[in-house]
Amino acid sequence: MLPKNEIVLEARGLTKYYGDFLAVDNLNFSVRKGEIFGFLGPNGAGKTTTIRMLTALSPPSDGTAYVLGLDIRENPLEIKARIGVAPEISNLYDELSALDNLIFMCQLYGVPRKERVKRAEELLEIFNLKDKRNTLFRKLSKGMKRALTVASALVHRPSLVFLDEPTSGLDVLSARSLRMIMRRLRDMGVTIFLTTHYLEEADMLCDRIALIRSGKLVKIDTPEGLKASVSEGKSLEIRFRNGNEESLQELKKRMSPFKVTILNGERVRVYGDDIGEICERITKLSKELGMELADIFSFNPTLEDAFIELTGLSPIVMSIEKEGKVNVTG
Amino acid sequence: MSRDSLRCIFYIILKDMRTYYLKPPSISWGIIFPLAWTLAFYLRHPQTFAQLVPGMVAMTAIFSTTAAEAVVINFELRVGSMERLLLAPISPGGIFLAKLLGGFAFGFLMTLVVAIGSSLALGIHLNVPIFLLVLIFSLLSFASLGAFICVSVKEIFEAQTLLNLPRFIMIFLSGVITPISALPHYLQYISYLMPLTYTVDGFRHAISQATYQGINIWLDILVLLVFSLAFILPGRRMLERKFE
Repeated sequence: MLPKNEIVLEARGLTKYYGDFLAVDNLNFSVRKGEIFGFLGPNGAGKTTTIRMLTALSPPSDGTAYVLGLDIRENPLEIKARIGVAPEISNLYDELSALDNLIFMCQLYGVPRKERVKRAEELLEIFNLKDKRNTLFRKLSKGMKRALTVASALVHRPSLVFLDEPTSGLDVLSARSLRMIMRRLRDMGVTIFLTTHYLEEADMLCDRIALIRSGKLVKIDTPEGLKASVSEGKSLEIRFRNGNEESLQELKKRMSPFKVTILNGERVRVYGDDIGEICERITKLSKELGMELADIFSFNPTLEDAFIELTGLSPIVMSIEKEGKVNVTG
Repeated sequence: MSRDSLRCIFYIILKDMRTYYLKPPSISWGIIFPLAWTLAFYLRHPQTFAQLVPGMVAMTAIFSTTAAEAVVINFELRVGSMERLLLAPISPGGIFLAKLLGGFAFGFLMTLVVAIGSSLALGIHLNVPIFLLVLIFSLLSFASLGAFICVSVKEIFEAQTLLNLPRFIMIFLSGVITPISALPHYLQYISYLMPLTYTVDGFRHAISQATYQGINIWLDILVLLVFSLAFILPGRRMLERKFE
């Protein structure tokens, strides 16, 4: 057993090439025991490639990582035996029931024969799938398949679990239930390496978050630290009824020294302490640029703001690229 | 190979038998198809049915062993289930072996049923040690041939189409129905490049015993072993590359 605050995962110069394409570029970070570590980035940022290397599925082109003290290059099978992984796709066996899928996983991971059924039943109970124990995997709903895939990563009680987009595509209730389970696992001392494209989910769950873009690590901090790095003041979000990209670019230029982020063709965010002055200048500029103010409200910087600031991408990239909706409610 | 890998291989074989092999389509393809072919040839040229038994048993061996390999390998690669297996403490090479041995186990079961059934029904004496020796090396070469073809393509239909090519060519050129000596000279050379030729020859040794003058039985086994290795080594590497 590793002592508390022990580093359970350490990436050292982790790099992956696919041919000439650099998918992951020299990643260096560590994950502490018992934390939920968020790994955030848009599609194609290198999240899944990184997970594949860390879980010993795919060898790095350069660098290495130590998982539970073991080198992924030298001890891939020992690492696989000790970690749990729920991949992005729910890829259990269609022809096996929920219970049989879990028992099969118990067999693969060497769970003692006497304990297999008991453990499988326990997990079905935790994941609210007890009524579906004899239902074939292919007949389960999308949310149930996802839950069972996550459950299958826990049959051998690993101390480090990799969850790749666990709530992706789930309805609100299933996603919420899965988040509760993640919190319970953390409370039980399990370390969770979580990739997600839901910024609010990462904000709610993660103890620390790593932002990744184009295979490069942008920043690692706590959600609060990331938000604070954006702005120490307030944010204003303004929606224009007849806004357009050109006018908003002009507005951004003329709002200097205030920092302005264009969210889309009709919404902008302005960061600064002097709300009064911002409002005054926005009102004046909107008139000059022929735009009509629709809404204006202020709030503290969110993780979304941090994401925009640090990656230079719109958060819409995260939600739309995956499935066109965001389902985070708690 | 580690204990973890051996355990995974064992349970993958059991799972594949349960979910893919021991199903009506695989069983009918493995037993009914060779039986129907043999009966068709028997009715066309009625002779002693017992003479066709080695060929029928060899056909059962190749068709049952490769009956579901396309599904077991290509389907699982396509839907991601194979990647799920790889998350367990087993290497891609171990998974290749497990998939191959699943076909082997099913082929063993089906071929034994046909061989024992034929032996009892027709009163044929079987030299059990020779039969088992030839059977084991034959199944290994057929299973590895099937697995090699499956990992070299992406889609199930491609694998099935490619698998049919050697299977059907071998039926005609490997002495299953027509003795190799009766084939044109240039075709005989091709016959000796096919693993089924050595299986049929080996089974004739096991069934006809001293009266049969064919290839040396040990040469049959050696050639089958060489075929197995020639398919296993590159097949395993190809599967590994799919996950790199």
